Amino acid sequence: MPDWEHFPHEADIGVRGRGESPDIAFEQAALGLTAVVTDPGRVRNDEQVAIRCEAPNLEILLVDWLNALIYEMNTRSMLFGRFRVAIDGLRLSAEAEGERIDRLRHEPVVEPKGATFTELRVGRDDDGQWVAQCVVDV
Amino acid sequence: MDITPLQQISKDEWRLPATGKMRAPVIFYADRALLDGMDEKVRTQASNVATLPGIVKASYVMPDGHWGYGFPIGGVAGFDASEGGVVSAGGVGFDISCGVRCLRTGLRADDVEPVKERLVEALFRHVPAGLGSTGQVHLDDAEMTEMLLGGARWAIDRGYGSREDLERIEERGSMRGAEPAHVSPKARSRQQDEMGTLGSGNHYLEVQRVAEVFAPDVASALSLAVDDVVVSIHCGSRGLGHQIGTEYLREMAIAAAKHGIDLPDRELACAPLRSEVGRRYLGAMRAGINCALANRQIITHLTREVFSDVLPKAELPLLYDVSHNTCKEEEHVVDGVPRRLFIHRKGATRAFGPGHPELPVQLRDIGQPVLIGGSMGTESWVLVGTAEGMALSFGSACHGAGRRMSRHRAKKQWRGSKLIKNLAHRGILVRSVSMRGVAEEAPGAYKDVRAVVASADRAGIARKVARLEPMVCIKG
Repeated sequence: MPDWEHFPHEADIGVRGRGESPDIAFEQAALGLTAVVTDPGRVRNDEQVAIRCEAPNLEILLVDWLNALIYEMNTRSMLFGRFRVAIDGLRLSAEAEGERIDRLRHEPVVEPKGATFTELRVGRDDDGQWVAQCVVDV
Repeated sequence: MDITPLQQISKDEWRLPATGKMRAPVIFYADRALLDGMDEKVRTQASNVATLPGIVKASYVMPDGHWGYGFPIGGVAGFDASEGGVVSAGGVGFDISCGVRCLRTGLRADDVEPVKERLVEALFRHVPAGLGSTGQVHLDDAEMTEMLLGGARWAIDRGYGSREDLERIEERGSMRGAEPAHVSPKARSRQQDEMGTLGSGNHYLEVQRVAEVFAPDVASALSLAVDDVVVSIHCGSRGLGHQIGTEYLREMAIAAAKHGIDLPDRELACAPLRSEVGRRYLGAMRAGINCALANRQIITHLTREVFSDVLPKAELPLLYDVSHNTCKEEEHVVDGVPRRLFIHRKGATRAFGPGHPELPVQLRDIGQPVLIGGSMGTESWVLVGTAEGMALSFGSACHGAGRRMSRHRAKKQWRGSKLIKNLAHRGILVRSVSMRGVAEEAPGAYKDVRAVVASADRAGIARKVARLEPMVCIKG
């Protein structure tokens, strides 16, 4: 069952996505990122933004993916509530769906500054599920 | 934190000798209680910093030390470029030159109490804060370049303040060596709508009263007396700084092996100061510093506008502006020899002592003001740098209380609306865009800033001058 969660870090927030493939784990981690700001359920999926990135390994690819989302959130003043990720080797292509920030409806909590290498991990757990996690500086 | 391996030098100084790959010891400035409260990662990270090439004297941890990115927050380390010393994007952080600026008002608490409600509403309306807020100032590419070169001086030239302000800002408001060419288009576009915005998280603007004075001679020189009202602004380089941090952290982490740096931890991403990426980062980071200085200058102007409307008799001269997340090239005397070193202060404040030539003439006898922000609803402090601090910690001190509880736990434990009500009962008015944000910033989520400041004072790295209590607070 794919899911996301936050995990503790003293100053900031850890995001963790789980799923049966890295693609799904990355989608879930992205939901975790949105949840740092607002409840993903409050986000309408009106607009689509395409994201492409490439990295030397899957872990840096996760950091790149989350940082690409942070960049789009910041420059478009948007929040994203749905993601479709396709990872081919070390290349990621994705569609992020969301809407412009509505401060009354979304009540944004904090602004993510950047995804970090802290607690960075992309790998398979013992149960075969893929995990994608890192700490986000807020 | 397990302190067994530490040697106690004094009540507030502890030493972890260099072992294994460490090239220098770790020096902790903190008392036993503060050390006990630090997580293990602080020792690990400070020890990792001590393994980096070109480190000089020691890897330092301030009394508010906590778990950071590569460097502990509250971490200080100096590097010699001629000895293969490094610059670390993690040692500066995402929020380049996040800092605190304090303005005097010439008002007394009794002047402000009757108009507190009006004041907080006006500040909340006029100073953009929180995610999704935009500033009034939108820069095209050419103007952005000017801003990245000029910092606060650029802002003042555009009418956001006066030349007198520059004397009271580190680097006189404009960091030398900024290279806007090394700031990416992405970093620039992140900043386009964010000039003059407060940000969110632990950023704030507070109107405060001087509650207690500890060093009357210094307080007098700073024109601070009990019941005086001041304004403190805490924010940084916004999206531009964050993007610079993001991009260079990645580049340095990937390039470390190529430079022959054995990174004990990927997040300690760094590069030789004399490498191509090291030089580019210094140029970009300095531009980021200017962005933060310009940002705080614009917010100062907005604050002055509010006061001129609500409390027209107020004048808001700048007391001082300090930065926490920087790497600066400075001269320090080591074993009797002056050396040019690159000092990283990650969640740590520059605290130059009396007589330092970098200080403006009016402050040279007393030392550099060190502004310590407390958490929301608690207290803040004004300290000054000391002569002995120059040798103890490269003229560096702590920057705040530091968190003792994750945001995750804080928002489970507290309700923002209840906190705001409780603070209002105590006479502190808080306005924020987000109730959950308020919960994450609950006073109980932070360490005791009084204990942090007391330890810094006893250690000799800074000297207590005045304690400030909040009256009004706006946050994003």
